[in-house]
This record gives sequence, structure tokens and C-alpha cells, in this order.
Amino acid sequence: MKIHEHQAKAILARHGVAVPRGEVAFTAQEAAEVARKLGGGTVVVKAQIHAGGRGKGGGIKVVKGADEAERAASAMLGTKLVTYQTGPAGQVVSRVLVEEGLKMTKELYLGVVIDRSRGCAVMMASSEGGVEIEKVAAETPHLIKKVHIDPATGLHAFQARELAFGIGLDPALVAKAAKLMMAIYNAFVATDASLVEINPLVTTESGDVLALDAKMNFDDNALFRHPEIRELRDLSEEDPLEIEASKYSLNYIRLDGNIGCMVNGAGLAMSTMDIIKLAGGEPANFLDVGGGASAEQIRNAFKILMSDTNVKAVLINIFGGILRCDILAEGVIDAVKELHVDVPIVVRMEGTNVEKGKQMLIDSGLKFATADTMGEAADKVVALAGTK
Amino acid sequence: MAVLIDKHTKLIVQGLTGREGTFHAKQCAAYGTNVVGGVTPGKGGTVHEGWPIFNTVAEAVEQTGANATLIFVPPAAAAEAVMEAADAGLGVAVCITEGIPTLDMMRAFTFMRGKKTRLVGPNCPGVITAGQAKAGIIPGHICSPGRVGIVSKSGTLTYEAIHQLTGLGLGQTTCIGIGGDPLIGTTFIDALTLFAADPATEAVVMIGEIGGSAEEEAAEFITRGFKKPVVGFIAGQTAPPGRRMGHAGAIIAGGKGTAAEKMKALSSAGVAVVKSPADMGRAMVEALGH
Repeated sequence: MKIHEHQAKAILARHGVAVPRGEVAFTAQEAAEVARKLGGGTVVVKAQIHAGGRGKGGGIKVVKGADEAERAASAMLGTKLVTYQTGPAGQVVSRVLVEEGLKMTKELYLGVVIDRSRGCAVMMASSEGGVEIEKVAAETPHLIKKVHIDPATGLHAFQARELAFGIGLDPALVAKAAKLMMAIYNAFVATDASLVEINPLVTTESGDVLALDAKMNFDDNALFRHPEIRELRDLSEEDPLEIEASKYSLNYIRLDGNIGCMVNGAGLAMSTMDIIKLAGGEPANFLDVGGGASAEQIRNAFKILMSDTNVKAVLINIFGGILRCDILAEGVIDAVKELHVDVPIVVRMEGTNVEKGKQMLIDSGLKFATADTMGEAADKVVALAGTK
Repeated sequence: MAVLIDKHTKLIVQGLTGREGTFHAKQCAAYGTNVVGGVTPGKGGTVHEGWPIFNTVAEAVEQTGANATLIFVPPAAAAEAVMEAADAGLGVAVCITEGIPTLDMMRAFTFMRGKKTRLVGPNCPGVITAGQAKAGIIPGHICSPGRVGIVSKSGTLTYEAIHQLTGLGLGQTTCIGIGGDPLIGTTFIDALTLFAADPATEAVVMIGEIGGSAEEEAAEFITRGFKKPVVGFIAGQTAPPGRRMGHAGAIIAGGKGTAAEKMKALSSAGVAVVKSPADMGRAMVEALGH
């Protein structure tokens, strides 16, 4: 799960991470009010969307005083911000963060993620902050310093100092930076985060070390024990169909094509998309109905699929194994009748009673085609969708 | 011969009294696996579907002589179940549970350092040794004994691979579902190491997916001297970046973990990489020189 910058900063601040003074505003008037509270000097107005690259897209403005803050906020709120991470459609800005302006001396990078190979968290720091870290990693990897953190003991002070010295920090600021790093790791663990990224981490003329930006992602599997984080979910940042699908515990991701896919299992669902593309078609979605593919999940899945008006044909690929195909076929037929699905449907299924299941689909008089293999199913559905 | 489990395996099921646990314990037993009991804290001393139930794994091991466990414990308690299995000294622990918090698994791996238990999973379909035993949920009837090993991050896509092989007359030794989570017990390299030492396994199907770098690491391992033919497939060639594709670990992050990178690494290592999931079986027939 993703959250906004202002929410991440609030969480980090609670764990002892220094952040600039500021508040979130939902209207231009509120933005002006925050600027006044901050003393009426230089403030930064930052669009809050779940995507990076806001500065280049015009989503971050440095202004002076409450009136300018109001104008800057007014120009951002309600408009679509397009960045390299939002895609061409952009994302509507519905809140801004207004913060005190700081006199920075250095822009650095700090991040924590899970290292899958080592089975522990890794903290990364770089002297090259304020730019895309992927670019730094690709072009100047020696400028990224890493320490692996033992889950049993947490981040050690010596490791934090190693990072701080390693990125060329002023020795007078190393103790402050190390303290901030340890606070960030504590926040990572306490919230079951999957990513914390401070880009940039800054040093200031007044000798402070602060998180000027903050991004936090959380492990969806751990949200059950963090109700306070679950509440931070901003549905306006998500696709309405994906929100609907998540209510039914369906794994659904909307794509741009016209062939709806309904598959059991994530790996098979991804490879069904792949084979559609290889056959010359374009998948409209990723959809995993779960290993069991129950009749209820099939019906829910059709509801979601058919809400996407781009869908011109559907491919159902269910490898049931011990699942009975006659029962599956019955579920599919019932759902198609009940929801008046009127696009052609290609069904490929494996399991027990597969011949009986296929016969039921053919006898139903509905627009079903059956296939024995994934390859045959993909060819048939692409032809039916008219993209070939 | 085979790897991980065989007809001598004595299996317990943690969470046997639950709905999933009961169903699959019966399926494993029906396949011929020697299921010797179950563990459900608080139900020790009872008998469920003919199996003795114990309060702790240690007790179950002591009473039954079990050497492997199959875990169907709900996500919030599953990492504990894994650690309990390791503490009891079981040789193999297969964890089917999906949705375990990553940091729970991180702590479990820390706990398991230096212990002899090999964990398979979590979030996996488990292990089946064709014609001998299964510890997991892979449908037994699609398997046939033979000479191909399978290692895969996916569940149903593994069934697809087994089905294709069996249909082409190629049987399997052991099929290992290693799981789609970011942190897993048995990696591709671990599975390949087991297959390398197993004389019955003549070739391997390896099924990866987007996210992480386990496939690239496996490619390096193969280059260093894995001698048996490998057929590879990577799911998610059309997956959009930055989106989690069902599995917790299946995400292209910061431009890393793409199918293209993985396919390239495996091809360079001499793996017969197929673009289409429909071609896994055929490619294996070719790799074995038929």
C-alpha cells in the first residue's frame, strides 16, 4: 500500500525523524493559512500524489508568503499532474503539503528496502540526492553505499556512521544523521514497511539533517495488524475497478487491451497475458480469481471484467487440477446468463470431468468456444476480439 | 531417487484440523504419502480423520518419528509454525500459507540460521515426487514418474508444465513449488543443487516470474557448472512496471526485475528459454534430444 508524502512524514516524525515544519491543505485558503502559521516567509507548496517526479511536472513550487502560497495551491488543486511515474493520463491533485523553506547545503539520498537474496533489510545512502536513484545506480553505482541490517539486532550505530561518512557528510553532522537513520529503520520495522525512501535527505545552513521528502510503502500482508495505516489509503489514487475487485478479494489490474482474462493463480494469469500478446492480441487486464476458482468468484470476476467497456472477448483459463470442470462450467454458464455477458468467451480448463464440462458449455447455447491448450485458446480469443 | 520427499517420508501436517489442512492431508495420503499425524495447539490427544493430533511439533516428532511437515497455518501465525518446525529439527518444512508478512519471514529466517530444516515456500503449492509422495496441493493425477525435475515460483503454472510433460510422455522426478513471496526458504539455486545431485533427474524445467533477481542468480549458478539441460519460462513478459502481479514478490521495481532481463540472463547461461508458456513441454522434448 502507498501513502502520501505528508502522511509518511507524520509517521517518521513520530519515530524521531526530523522533518520540515508544515501541514497538509485541501483548499487554497487552507494553504494560505498554513503559510501564515509558518511565519509568512518562504514556503514550498507540494502536490500530494502517489507518484514521483513531481518537481519536473510542476507539482512543487517555492513561493513567498501566504498570497503566493494560495495562488500556487489554487493552480495545483483539481488539476492533473503528469509525471514520468503517472503515465500520460496523469493524476488529479486533491491535496497539497505546505512547508517551511529551508536553506539547504546538501541533497542526499537514503532508502530502506528488503534484500531478497540476503533475507534482511538493506539501508542505502548516496551523496547524489534529489535525482532518480535508479539513474545513480545505473551510471555511478559506487556512489551508493549499503549496509545490511541483522533482523535480530537492528541497525547498529557504527553501521549508520559508516553510511554517513561514506557519503561524505560533514563530520559535525554525522551523529545527527546516524540518529535519523536509526529512527528510519525503527519506523520501517514498526510499521511493516516494504520501502522507505528519503530523496532528498538534506543538510541545512543551520546544521540540521532533515527528511525533505518521504515515501513509504507498506506490506499489504501485514496491514491486518496496522489499522492506523490502513486508514491512510487514498481511494482517489486508485482505479475504481481495482478498488471494486479488491472488495471481492480478486487480484485485478487494469490494462489497455481488449481481451479480458480470468485465470486461477498469479503465475498462470501473467503467462495468459503473455500468450495473448504472443498471439497478436492485447490483454485488457490481469485477473487472478484464486486457486479454487469458486462459482461465486467467477461471477464476481465477470462483474469486474464486463465493467471495462474495452473488453471485446474473454479468455477463461482455469487449471483446476482436483477441481471438477463440470462444476466450474456450471458456474461460468450461470454467471454469463445472470450478468447478460454478450461478448464471445473462450474457455480452456483442466481438471476432472473436463469433457463433461466442455459439453455443458457447448450445449448452453451461449457464445462459448472451448480450447484444449493455452496456445489454442489464445489464438481463438484473439481472432474473436477482432484484433488480428 | 528423487529430492526432498519420497516413499520413506513421514509427514505431519501443522493445521491438520482446519478445512484446508484436512482436505489436503487426505489428498496427500491418497497419493501414497505416509501422513503420520497433525499439530493443532489445544487439540492434542484427540484423533482427527484417524490421525493423532499433538499440541506441539516437538511432541509430534517424538511420538511419530516424523521427518517432514506440511504447514497450513493462517498467515498471522504461520511464521511461528515454521520456526516451531525448525526448532523440532524436522528435515523438510513445506509452507503453503499465502499472505505471511514479510518481516515475520525475515525473523523466521534469522531464527533458522544454523538449523538443519529446509523450508519450501511460503506461498507455494508444495512438493510432489511423482509416484511416491506429496507434501502440498499439487494435483497428483497429472504427474507421472520419470526423469524431469521442475522448480517454479508459481502454482497453477507448475500444473501446466507438469501436464504438458506428462502429455508428451515425459515423467517427472520431483516438482518443487518454491513460492512467489519476496522471502522464500528454497531458492532456484537450492533446488538446482538438489537436482544436480539426484541421478534420477536428467533435466529441469525452471519457471520464474518478474520481480527480484533470483532467476539471474540461478543463471549465474548454471553458468558455473550445472550440467543438466534446463528449459526456462518467465511469466510476466507483458506485466506493467510498478504493479504487484498477484504474488507479493512479482513486481518490476525501479525498472528492475523485468522478464526480459531474466530471459536474457538464462539464455546466456545456455537455458532453453521459451517465450510461450505453451512451449515448455515441447522444448523439454528437444532438450532431451528426442
